[in-house]
Amino acid sequence: MTPNPYLWLVPILPLAGAAINGFLGRRSSKTAITAIALVFCGASFLLALVLAAGFRSASAPYYFDLAHWIRSGTFQVDFSFYLDQLSLVMLLVVTGVGFLIHIYSIGYMWEDDGFYRFMAYLNLFMFFMLTLVLAKNYLVMFIGWEGVGLASYLLVGFWFTKNSAASAGKKAFLVNRIGDFGFLIALFLMIKHFGSLDFAHVFAAVRTLPAETAGAGLLTAIGLLLMVGAAGKSAQIPLYVWLPDAMEGPTPVSALIHAATMVTAGVYMVSRSSAIFERAPMAMTVVATIGTLTAFFAATIGIAQTDIKKVLAYSTVSQLGYMFIACGVGAFSAGIFHLMTHAFFKGLLFLAAGSVIHGVGGEQDMRKMGGLRQSMPWTFATMAIATLAITGIPPLAGFWSKDEILWQAYGASWIYWLIGVITAFITSFYMFRLMYMTFGGDYRGASPQPAHAPDAHAHDDHGHGHGGPHESPWVMLGPLVVLAFLSLVGGFVGYGNRFEHFLAPVFQQGAAMVEETSSDSGKGTETLLMGVSISVAALGWLLAYLLYSRRPQLPARIAASLGGLYQAVVHKYYIDELYAVLFVKPLIDGSTAILWHGVDQGVIDATVNNTATAAREVSDQARHMQSGNLRSYAGWVAAGGAVVIAYMVWMGVTH
Amino acid sequence: MAGAVNLLVQSHPINSALSLIVVMASLAAEYLLLGAEFVAAVQVIVYAGAIMVLFLITIMLLNAGKEVRSKGSHVATLLGVPGVTIGALLVGWTLVGRSSTTQLVSIGALWGDPKSIARLLFHDFLLPFEVTSVLILIAIMGAVVLASRPEAIARDPRKDQ
Amino acid sequence: MEIPLSYYLVLSGILFTCGVLGFLIKRNIITIFMSIELMLNGVNLSFVAYAAHWHALSGQVFVFFVMVVAAAESAVGLAIIIAVYRTRETLNVDQVNLLKL
Repeated sequence: MTPNPYLWLVPILPLAGAAINGFLGRRSSKTAITAIALVFCGASFLLALVLAAGFRSASAPYYFDLAHWIRSGTFQVDFSFYLDQLSLVMLLVVTGVGFLIHIYSIGYMWEDDGFYRFMAYLNLFMFFMLTLVLAKNYLVMFIGWEGVGLASYLLVGFWFTKNSAASAGKKAFLVNRIGDFGFLIALFLMIKHFGSLDFAHVFAAVRTLPAETAGAGLLTAIGLLLMVGAAGKSAQIPLYVWLPDAMEGPTPVSALIHAATMVTAGVYMVSRSSAIFERAPMAMTVVATIGTLTAFFAATIGIAQTDIKKVLAYSTVSQLGYMFIACGVGAFSAGIFHLMTHAFFKGLLFLAAGSVIHGVGGEQDMRKMGGLRQSMPWTFATMAIATLAITGIPPLAGFWSKDEILWQAYGASWIYWLIGVITAFITSFYMFRLMYMTFGGDYRGASPQPAHAPDAHAHDDHGHGHGGPHESPWVMLGPLVVLAFLSLVGGFVGYGNRFEHFLAPVFQQGAAMVEETSSDSGKGTETLLMGVSISVAALGWLLAYLLYSRRPQLPARIAASLGGLYQAVVHKYYIDELYAVLFVKPLIDGSTAILWHGVDQGVIDATVNNTATAAREVSDQARHMQSGNLRSYAGWVAAGGAVVIAYMVWMGVTH
Repeated sequence: MAGAVNLLVQSHPINSALSLIVVMASLAAEYLLLGAEFVAAVQVIVYAGAIMVLFLITIMLLNAGKEVRSKGSHVATLLGVPGVTIGALLVGWTLVGRSSTTQLVSIGALWGDPKSIARLLFHDFLLPFEVTSVLILIAIMGAVVLASRPEAIARDPRKDQ
Repeated sequence: MEIPLSYYLVLSGILFTCGVLGFLIKRNIITIFMSIELMLNGVNLSFVAYAAHWHALSGQVFVFFVMVVAAAESAVGLAIIIAVYRTRETLNVDQVNLLKL
């Protein structure tokens, strides 16, 4: 481990930008705000590139201890940063995609009153995310973990005057917190049993323990609890409900947080803790199962959604499921690979969707779109590239990573593979459905009157009075193009197991497993499975083409004939309603009855009020002593004298 | 003792005053038994002679009649009376219990003739003596002012004109 | 003839107790004053008894002072009673309750 004094600058620079913009932004000009935000974020990105260039696997990992924090007996936690191959990948993804989204946001949020606030929050988010990624121990990672939750709340509820946005922000934060609770318990277990939260110490201690193949033990418990935290952060079952609602935030937020970075924090954390998971097969199975179920489940919901951003939200949940499948079967590097490519194409999809929404004047319902291919050619082109990537059409990035995951899943169990393939089919279907509905056919939207302005303001729009849908400015298209390029070529990073070998020092055991599976079944099976996933993607495209381009009346007829099932899917299987009845309502009722009436009013208020009442009543009684009646005074004196005499006699007798 | 009890029992203040005189007289006799002849003499002259006369004058002046039943004080009867009875009983019990250790006092044990008392009074207790005389003077003035009619005092400034 | 000291003290106590009881029970102010005098007498008796017991003449001198003070105090007290009688027209102690809150 070699020290590197520049590591701590990477998170701190965006923090400085956030502070400057946050405190001084209200009275600054938009140019100044933009400059500050871009300079600091860009500096962070440049620094990341410099670190990457200077990275040598031989001298890795790099670390830097910034300051002391907790020194309590033998337990010690410091503000320390850490850079190894895994962190490097995450670092480049976060800073790169983050920087592009900063540029995009300039164009997107220019007209908004809270422009300075938005840029400040974006920088703040970058700070927390980079802290998370560069942490050297679980506690610093937890700072970043909580911090990105906070930034998510701030950014999702950015238009806080809108009730739905404020509630969505709250929901995101609260559901996240449930996951954080599990994470915290896992940290406590680690402190108790390993005496440290430092990655090096913990993993060294864990590697001395045997694998828990017999039954559940300490490592299984830690693993499951970490998974709870990851499920909250990365929107897996059962804590995914916040992600679709989080689409209330501006689209750059959705792109950055809910596609590229924050939701991948869970995958990163699980990968980082690979040593723990590898020795707890039961936890791994749980991870893989959750991933599989979530991937399939979310994809089915995505079929019936009409809001363009909601489709992408469920798609994110589904793709995150893929990453957890990878982690669950031990192919951590495949999971990280998919994380990287997903950041490219999902970020691109969201930004392009934002461009579409911007172009049609704030409309997000796909049924009111259509025929945008001619009016927004660049958006169409980049979004098409992203769709091809996500559905796994070679040679784009998504194909390589998704196929790698399916191949590793097959090596673990054919069930994972089968459900993964079906999900790929559904993914392809809904993505091309989105494309056809948005860009194909004729424009179904309302004619572009200024009357659009009122409800357009509620979304994120600029009330264009002129013409119909139009292309977005170049400040927004630029990042789209860059991401499209990355989606095209990003997959070649992993060509021929290069990616895994790069990450091998981090996942020591994992590398061995990877070698096993690829030599076991041989090249033939791998090629066959590759063919299956490609054909499945093509089938999905074909079906979407048939239903949404050739015969647009068909989907409605199918929906009507499916009746109840279709209704369930459209309403997201009523999961939100279920949660409301099971958890939210009892909690609120219990809180009102017990904590509010019982404790707050009954105990705290009552104590204060009753103290006052008691004082008043005591003095009310004491008042009677001062009656002005001479004889009662004499009576008191005589009584008091008797007491004194009695006391003296008693003292005299007992001595 | 009989006189004391009678004081409590009687309803007309005159009767109470007369029983108090009886008490004083008997106390004077007690003092003589103890050999305090000067004190006994002073008791009769000052107490029975002057103070009780003052009381009788006041009673007759104010035409005090029989006591009327009035709303008493609950505290006095419920707390005070039991309190004082208990206190007295305790004291009495202690004294009687310790009576074996107390010495006996013979009659006429200490002659308190005026000469020896005067010696004490004007040598050792000179300061209290003088202070007491000032006290009496103030008491006289206070009594005069308090008891005089309000017009009697207000009249004086006009007289000086 | 020897009389035990405790007899004198018990008598003193009885006198004192009667005085206190009179103070508590009686309603006429003047009678209450007389009870105060009774209390003082009881105390005087105990002083003289102890003086005889310990052969200390200062006990009797103190009795002398007590009597003087009692005289002064009764003079002033009676003057106050007269003044109060002039305003309240009553000698009933329960009706002299201006001290009431």
